[in-house]
Formats: sequence, structure tokens, C-alpha cells
Amino acid sequence: MTGNVIELRGVTTRFGKVVIHDDINLDVEAGQILCLVGGSGSGKTTLLREIVGLLAPSHGTVRLFGQQVLDPDPHIRREVRRRFGMLFQQGALFSALTVFDNIAFPLRELRILDENVIRDLVFMKLAMVELEPRHGLLMPAELSGGMIKRVALARALALEPELLVLDEPTAGLDPDLADNFVQLIGMLQQQLGFTVVMVTHDLDTLAGLATRVAVLAGQRIIAHGTPAEILEVDHPFIRSFFGSEHARAAMRKKMN
Amino acid sequence: MAAAAIEIRATDGQPRIFLSGEWTLTMLPLPLAEMQRRLRGCVVGNPCWDLSGLSRLDSVGAVLLWQAWGRRWPASLVATDEQRAIIDRAAGVSPHLATHTPRSAFTMLAGMGRMGLSGGRHVRDMIALIGQLALDVVHLFFHPRDIPWREFSATLYKSGAQALPVTALVGFLIGVVLSYLSSLQLKTFGADIFIVNLIGISVIRELGPVIVAVLVAGRSGSSMTAQIGVMRVTEEIDALATMGISRSLRLVLPKVAALALAMPLLVVWCAASGIIGGMVSANLEMGLSYGFFVEALPKAVPVANLWIGIGKGVCFGFLIALIACHFGLRVRPNTESLSARTTSSVVTAITLVIIVDAVFAILTRHIGMPGV
Repeated sequence: MTGNVIELRGVTTRFGKVVIHDDINLDVEAGQILCLVGGSGSGKTTLLREIVGLLAPSHGTVRLFGQQVLDPDPHIRREVRRRFGMLFQQGALFSALTVFDNIAFPLRELRILDENVIRDLVFMKLAMVELEPRHGLLMPAELSGGMIKRVALARALALEPELLVLDEPTAGLDPDLADNFVQLIGMLQQQLGFTVVMVTHDLDTLAGLATRVAVLAGQRIIAHGTPAEILEVDHPFIRSFFGSEHARAAMRKKMN
Repeated sequence: MAAAAIEIRATDGQPRIFLSGEWTLTMLPLPLAEMQRRLRGCVVGNPCWDLSGLSRLDSVGAVLLWQAWGRRWPASLVATDEQRAIIDRAAGVSPHLATHTPRSAFTMLAGMGRMGLSGGRHVRDMIALIGQLALDVVHLFFHPRDIPWREFSATLYKSGAQALPVTALVGFLIGVVLSYLSSLQLKTFGADIFIVNLIGISVIRELGPVIVAVLVAGRSGSSMTAQIGVMRVTEEIDALATMGISRSLRLVLPKVAALALAMPLLVVWCAASGIIGGMVSANLEMGLSYGFFVEALPKAVPVANLWIGIGKGVCFGFLIALIACHFGLRVRPNTESLSARTTSSVVTAITLVIIVDAVFAILTRHIGMPGV
């Protein structure tokens, strides 16, 4: 598949008088792993919410797969939403349903699959995120932080999305768990070939996954390119964000 | 993008099944059951499966194929390594995995046993909570600086002052309805003036406390359970504990004390508005003058009834707040538990209030009855 999965054109966001984004343009091609970085309060998560259509920008359009996310036609809106999956920061698992039913939920909502197929699909997804079948019987309250992320990833992948949107995928995980999770996402991306957009401020996550980086600062995207290109940009935020020795080492290790 | 398709060709006497197009969730033709039937039909005769025409294959396509093949690999298969890898993932799922915790034959019996045990635990915890409150009161007696005045007055305002309009409205309407219906009966016996006894005693002694209790349990009891429950979910209660602040002293005691004080006041307020409602209705329906009604009321209704009503108010307020806090503290950190506990809190509070009201009725049967 070729072409742009995401197209932002002139996106401007205002909350009252505060301008968060000013005329943002951004293209993400199929198969890329784009990482949005920016300082605290720079509107990374807000931009992510606009991409998935949870929030309408004050001006400008957001297109996914060539369709407007907030198209006036509910059918188109629904079609677009079936083609991407989102992993929320806290997992956002339905606490009243078991793990199995959580992953089965989007599949059942389609109303075209029978229970036999759904059952096999759910156990496949569980295996994909390296969980065991018996974990399917647990309730979300009984899971550890790392498992919640995995189940949420399995649910986000349930409909075979072409685009995966991740909000702080490794926030709140131990470093080794975070590494595992980053590897898992990278492996699945290679196998399934979906596009990824994520927000993170964890450099290891960025270094481990991103093929493209977009830097948000001062209401605009000040740089967009491969990690190597970004490191060359001379800007106060980029210098301080990637400035530490640890950051440079992590990025270099990845690039070699 | 081409939709998924099946083609059967016979080459060299052996049937060959060619699959083409995109075998993905979005591109598989609907209804899926029709596709599954066709695939199963193809299996007959052990044909060669040729997947070289597939442009894409995802888990849904793989599961459909694997199930059609009867969960084993066909004798001859033309497929790329990637396609084999995807189908292999579907093959990894055992057909014997449980999707739900199995129900045993003793589920019902075990459920009843569990219910009994949990009822016992509720009683035990409630007694422990009352004991803790008693200890807190003793502590506050010696350390008056620790009295949580702010929380106390906040609850008093939220559960008491803000409940005034609704209790007045409900009380007034109950008074009107009761008076109207009774006057129809009393008129036929010419016993018009007994409307004063009837309204006075029933509203002050019985209806006032019970109606206020039901309203307060629905209004304040549920909000107390939800508030403490949310604090449990967000670990705020644990945060309090690490700061060395007693949750019973800071959260439970002010609520219980404030409601035990606010409820009797609400009962008097609601009863007064009920009597006014009855008075208005009696005046309109039977022409009973307001002056007569007010004059006859103290003679018809001994003052003991008012004390009984107030006593009930104190008791019900204590019960409702105690039950609300008890269930709030038992909320487990998930949303399902929060809604379940809030429901049980209100239902238990109202049920217990009615039961205690019956006990009151028996214990006070010789008190406050006129002319007995």
C-alpha cells in the first residue's frame, strides 16, 4: 500500500484564547513509524486526539486514508474508525469485561463473524502479544501494568488496523518491561506492516521504534524527518531533548 | 484492491483450488458464513491449495482457511513463507481452550454459601466500623482540636440544607394527597374533624421520617458511597493513610454525625410542609378553616409523636450514613464494583430503614396515641 495514511492540513487548535497549534501540516506515509515529541504542554496528546477524531481542530482538516476523520457522513466516519486502532495511555480496558471479552468486543461489534472465528482470533491476538490463553479469563483489575498494555495492544490490533495510534506506550512501565513492549510493537509492525503514530517522551522508546520524528514546539512542527536528520537540527528544544549523553548514545546505537 | 475469491480448476486429474484477491477482514465477501460453506465444500477430494494468487492475508483469512481445513495442514499447499507464518499463528490456537471460567455443578450452592459468608462479613465489618467510630468519639473528647469541623459542616450543608426544597415539595404533595383521599371517606361518616388526627399523627410520626429517609438515602447515601468509592479507586484513601490521617475520623465520622443531626431537622421540616399540604387540601375539600386546624392539632396529636419522629430521624440518619460509608470503603478498584456498591448501599439503607421503622412501631405502640 502506498500514499499518505495521515494528512494534516492547516490544523489550528485554540482553547479559549490559548493557541495550542498554529497551522500544522503533517504527512505520514504507509509503513512509517512516526514519533511525535515535544515539551510538556506542547499539545502532543491534543494533536493525537485530533488525528483519531476525539477532538475537532478549530481550523484545518485531518484526513486518514484519504477520508476526513470528522466527515459529516456517519458511514464514512465509521469506516475510517475501523481502519485504525488506538492504544490509550492507561489501557482503557472495559473493566466489566474479561480480557477475552475485551479483545472480542470490537470483533463482535462488526456483527459479521461467528463465535468460532472470534474465539480463534482472540487467542491468536493473545499469543501475538505474548500472553497465555489462561490470561483470557482474568478481569482487567487482576492484571499488572505490563499485562494491561499488552491486552490493550491486542484489542487495538483486533480489527487488523492499517494504522496504530499509541499514546505514551511505555509510560508507567519498568525499563525492562518497556523495552520488551517496544520490541513487541516493532516485531508486530514488521510482521503486519501497519503504520504507527505515537506520542512519547521516552527516548529509548523513540530510539527503538521511530523511523520518522516530528518535533512540536512553539505551536508548530519545527522539524520532521528521520531521527538522524532531527539530530542535526539546531533548535533549543531539540538540543535539550536529545542533548544528553544517554540520548545521543541511545540514538546512535539504534542507527548503527 | 480485489475482493477475496475462490476458483476451482482441475489440472492433471487432481482438483486445484486457487485463492485470489485480498483475504482480509475488510475485503472478505459478506455474509461470511457463505464463504465458510464454500471453503468447506472445497476440502472434499483432498485438493491442492494454491495461495499464490493472494495479494494479502490477515488473521481473519487465516482463521477461515484453518477452520475450513479442519484444523490441519492440507496434503499439498502452495504458499509463501509469510502466508505459512500467518496461518501457522492460527494453527497455534488449541481448539480446547476455555473462553469463560467453567461453571461447576455446585455453582448455585457455592453462590448461596458465598452470599451467606459475604453477608456475615458485612455485619462483622459494620460492627467494626461502629466500634471504630466509638473509639474516634472518645479520642475527639480528649483531643477536641482534631474534630473535623469543615467536613462536618460540608456534609451538613450538602445533605441537609440542599435537601430542603425537595423534602418540602414531596412532603407537601403527600399531605395534599393523603388529606384529599381521607376526606372523601371521613365525609361519608360525618367525621370531618378527625382529619386533623389522621394527618397529624401519620405525617409526624410515620410518613415524615420514612419519606425523608428514602429521599436522603437516594440523594446523600448514594453520593457518599460514590465519593468514598472513587477515593478508593484513585488511591486517595491510601494517600490519607500514609499521612497518618484516620479515614474513619476524617471521612466516616463527620458524615455520620452530620446526617444524624440533619435528618431530624429535615423530618420536622418535611412533616411541617406535609401538614400544611393537608391543611390546604382539607380547607378546599371540606371547608375546614385554617384556624381550627391549627388550634386542634396540639390536642389531637400528643407531643410524644414529635419526639418519636425526631428520634426516628436521628436513628435513620445514622444508619444511612453508616451504610453508605461501609459500602464505599468496600469498593474495589474498578468501575463495575463502584456501581454495584452504590446500588447495594441505597437498597440496603432503604430496606434497613423500613425494618427499623417496624421495630420502632412495635416498641412505641403505647406512646403518643390520643385517647387510648
